[in-house]
Amino acid sequence: MTTLEAILTEATTYFAAVKSAPELEQTKAKYFGKSGSLTEQLNSLASMSPEEKKVAGAAINLAKARVESLISEARSRISHAELEAKLNAESIDVTQPGRMAGIGGLHPVTRALERIEILFATMGFAIADGPEIETDYHCFTALNTPPNHPARSMQDTFYIADSEHLLRPHTSPVQIRYMEEHEPPLRIICPGRVFRCDHDATHSPMFHQIEGLWIDEGISLADLKGTLTQFFRAFFERDDMQIRFRPSFFPFVEPGVEVDMEWENKGGKIKWLEIGGAGVVHPQVLRNGGIDPEKFSGFAFGMGLDRLAMLKYGVNDLRLFFENDVKFLSQFR
Amino acid sequence: MKVSVNWLKEFVDTRMSIDALAHTLTMAGLEVEEVSPVAASFDHVVISEIKTIAPHPNADKLRVCEVDAGTGHLLQIVCGAPNVTPGMRVPCALVGARLPGLVIKSALLRGIESNGMLCSARELGLSEEHSGLLTLPNDAPVGQDIRIFLDLDDVYLTLKMTPNRGDCLSMIGVARDLAAVTGVELNVPVISPTSITSSVSRSVAISAMKACGRYSGRVLTGVDAGAMTPDWMKRRLERAGFRSVAPLIDITNYVNLERGQPMHAFDQDSLKGGIDVRFAKSGEELNLLNAQHVALQENMLVICDANGPVAIAGVMGGLESMVTEATESVFFESAYFDPDTIRGKTRTLAVNSDAAYRFERGVDPEGARNALERATQLALEICGRPGTATGPITTVHGDLPVRSAIKVRPSRVTHLLGMDVPRAEMIAILKRLHCEVLENGEFLNVIAPSFRFDLKMEEDFVEEVARINGYDKVPAKPPKSSLRMLPVSEGTRSRASLRRAMVDLGYQEVINYSFVPPEWELDFAGNTTPLRVANPISSQMSVMRTNLIGGLTASLKHNLNRGESRLKLFEVGRCFLHDTASLDAQPEMLGGLVYGARFPEQWGEGGQKGQMADFFSVKGDVETLLQGFETRFESYTHFALHPGRSASIFVAGKRAGMLGELHPKWQQKLGLPMAPFIFELNLVAMSTMTVPSYKPHSKMQILRRDIAILINDNVKMQCLIDAFKGAKLASIVDFSPFDIYRGESIGTGKKSVAFRILMQDTDRTLVDSEADKKVSEVLEVLSKEFGATLRK
Repeated sequence: MTTLEAILTEATTYFAAVKSAPELEQTKAKYFGKSGSLTEQLNSLASMSPEEKKVAGAAINLAKARVESLISEARSRISHAELEAKLNAESIDVTQPGRMAGIGGLHPVTRALERIEILFATMGFAIADGPEIETDYHCFTALNTPPNHPARSMQDTFYIADSEHLLRPHTSPVQIRYMEEHEPPLRIICPGRVFRCDHDATHSPMFHQIEGLWIDEGISLADLKGTLTQFFRAFFERDDMQIRFRPSFFPFVEPGVEVDMEWENKGGKIKWLEIGGAGVVHPQVLRNGGIDPEKFSGFAFGMGLDRLAMLKYGVNDLRLFFENDVKFLSQFR
Repeated sequence: MKVSVNWLKEFVDTRMSIDALAHTLTMAGLEVEEVSPVAASFDHVVISEIKTIAPHPNADKLRVCEVDAGTGHLLQIVCGAPNVTPGMRVPCALVGARLPGLVIKSALLRGIESNGMLCSARELGLSEEHSGLLTLPNDAPVGQDIRIFLDLDDVYLTLKMTPNRGDCLSMIGVARDLAAVTGVELNVPVISPTSITSSVSRSVAISAMKACGRYSGRVLTGVDAGAMTPDWMKRRLERAGFRSVAPLIDITNYVNLERGQPMHAFDQDSLKGGIDVRFAKSGEELNLLNAQHVALQENMLVICDANGPVAIAGVMGGLESMVTEATESVFFESAYFDPDTIRGKTRTLAVNSDAAYRFERGVDPEGARNALERATQLALEICGRPGTATGPITTVHGDLPVRSAIKVRPSRVTHLLGMDVPRAEMIAILKRLHCEVLENGEFLNVIAPSFRFDLKMEEDFVEEVARINGYDKVPAKPPKSSLRMLPVSEGTRSRASLRRAMVDLGYQEVINYSFVPPEWELDFAGNTTPLRVANPISSQMSVMRTNLIGGLTASLKHNLNRGESRLKLFEVGRCFLHDTASLDAQPEMLGGLVYGARFPEQWGEGGQKGQMADFFSVKGDVETLLQGFETRFESYTHFALHPGRSASIFVAGKRAGMLGELHPKWQQKLGLPMAPFIFELNLVAMSTMTVPSYKPHSKMQILRRDIAILINDNVKMQCLIDAFKGAKLASIVDFSPFDIYRGESIGTGKKSVAFRILMQDTDRTLVDSEADKKVSEVLEVLSKEFGATLRK
């Protein structure tokens, strides 16, 4: 074996065993350092004849290239191993929970309301709004219920002391306010808080209603039936839901309608549930709103928003809505 | 109103099942709320007489009875009822009888044979009475089926009457409507006038002609006021909710139930002189028959005799003139009073009056005389005795309601219902409702019957046509309309998007009552004169809130008591400022409350873990919510808040709300371990946002310079920023603090504030020397105004 061959055999073994960058540098110095074996071989050329030099030089250069390639291989192997080790060290437990800023939620009544607003918006209903402390005129007189009218006993109204005003017992005054300010055709819903002197397991002195009004040329009782049937079926997502319309009385509509919905309670028993009042807008109410009843007709409806939310989400006690217990409320997130 | 089906069937011979009847009435607008059979379902229970009673040899509490149940032989029955006595008549369930949950068999009871069961009211499902056997009258026919004797095969319908249907507040009224709906004939017996056997009468005059359309009266002399009201009448009254009082009064109530005509029975001998129907005079008083003493008002119609008021017309009679057991002669009143005159009086007087309930809704002006004849007939039957004499009827008229013809256009009916109803069908329906219909070219001229107070205009008849034809026959049409897009302004921020923004910031929505305890207004708003509810449910809900703080802190407390420790709550709702004259003072507010840790408890390291929410973390939420608005916070004193830790919020230069830490005194009063942070914003102030409008932006390089200045601690950050802005230095695009330090190393009363200054020119890159110059310009402004020095 020549010296060069011995060097190369040794170099192959050495570089394969190299495990780190400093080690690589040390090993490299064994060959290319000042007294490295290849450096020594190169130095030995000086004492050779040109012919010898030519032959030996070529052999040394070949060996030198071979060692350099061994170095490059080792370098690549080391850097790969180092990356591997680094990645290993950096690994985390991805199953630990993420860090959150905390989540909020809507009140279930609001949740139901937003859905109702969206459903009616798809039919072109705008959202209207009115004051909660109201005038007697807008709550009653303009709605055909003058003082002492027996229909006033249909709801017990809260009055504001030392004032002519009252807490609206229904959202219907918004109808009048909207008619006063807009020209038909009108298509609105008006959600909001209402107040009645009633407090027990099924009544809250404050609750929510949603009022609807559609006034245009040629609007009829049949349109009322069509619109509300579509609404209830869409809201409860049940195309086969039976909706019943029967005669009733509200001073501001004629004909007047009570709307019932067929409902299966938890025991599987099917019954009719009262779900809203409605009717064809009374001509005097149209006149009070500055609309000619010979040209325009329309329908109005009112529904209990809390009731709809209770039915939709299976809440069985109205009082839960106003206790504001987050263990209850957070179920509707 | 409770309606006996058997009674109803006397007037309209419907063969419908109870369920079908209830459905038909409901669908005709007379809503049936409840269907209640008079008794439970049972059979083979007969009237029996107890003949003998012997002690039970093996049980102290049981007795062995011999009972005649009309079966031909005496039955031996063991009975444990304490009230069992020989000779009494009681219901007896025979062997084989089926009672609720029980079949009667022959049995040995403690060794003694028992062939049947003597019953209490509860065992028959009549009532909850279970203290002893149901005692029957001594003349009850032995052996008769108890169901027949007590009229138990009847069902009561509870009708929810709408205020427009005064005409249906009686058996005949309901029967009349049922007949119209079903087409079955109405069968109201004609009452033949009783023959006049006395000339005794009482003169009547009407001074208040508008208020009293008709007043009829009759005197019956020599009546037996102490007679017994017959059981059948008592039963009908009691099952309809009237208490049986005395026969003459029971008769008036019965006629009222049957015909819807309230009547009054006066003790004839207590009245002096003629009757006058007039309005009360100021200062007049009356003892009502419910023993209530009332001061009469000038808008109250009264029935007077020579001495003054003896009754409030259509409301209640007086105590002194009421019939008693000693009454010898009775004066029956049957009148028509104008609804508007009667309305509101029971509320003013705080009395309950069934008569007023009917008169307010309209009593048939044509029914007074028939009712009087009917009462006469019943009075003679029940209270008559040899010598009872019937006087003539005295009737005086005032202004009766005018029944005018109303033009009804069949085309209008079609138009409002959205369906075709043939003209002939309309006419037939209206006639079935006892309307007079005259055809007049394209129109119908319709006159409503005297008992219908609710048929005053064309639309009322439209409803009648729909009602009798059936609302279920009106098609449910998918509505058609000219489509128009809703005007949706891009700059308008909806309540829904505001709420979502709050939810995204981690807040849970709550809904609190708009009326609050006065204490909350006092504590959280310093409001000693809140808007009060005149008729609150309780003092806890007696004043209108002027802010949302009370409700939010109550919700906080409620949840802390239930184990929560970190809460972020919000509410959107109106507040009511003290200005009753204007309805505008009802701003809609958004309120938020933050309590406890800034983040939910979770694993982690560094500053986040255990970090408490503070003024600035909550302010950050508010600022996030107000992104896109020009906002400003100023020191502020609020009744509910810590004076050194509260701010007034300005949006676009206008006051829009407040933010702060709850005042320690309320924190202590509420027993809160920590103070919550609260904010409130007016919805209007943040509802109109700027719609983006592109401005060319510079593409030149941005240079950043950081400087730290030393300044007196009492100089507010806002002042520094204002001063910088006021100087209007060109090319500086951002000047904002990124670090604030206070500590001994810089001396007490001082703070160090590090600012980030971003500089950019619109058309060239700034060089370092220019940037350095800008920084010294900033420093100059701050040192000139606030003595700021550069911190090395």
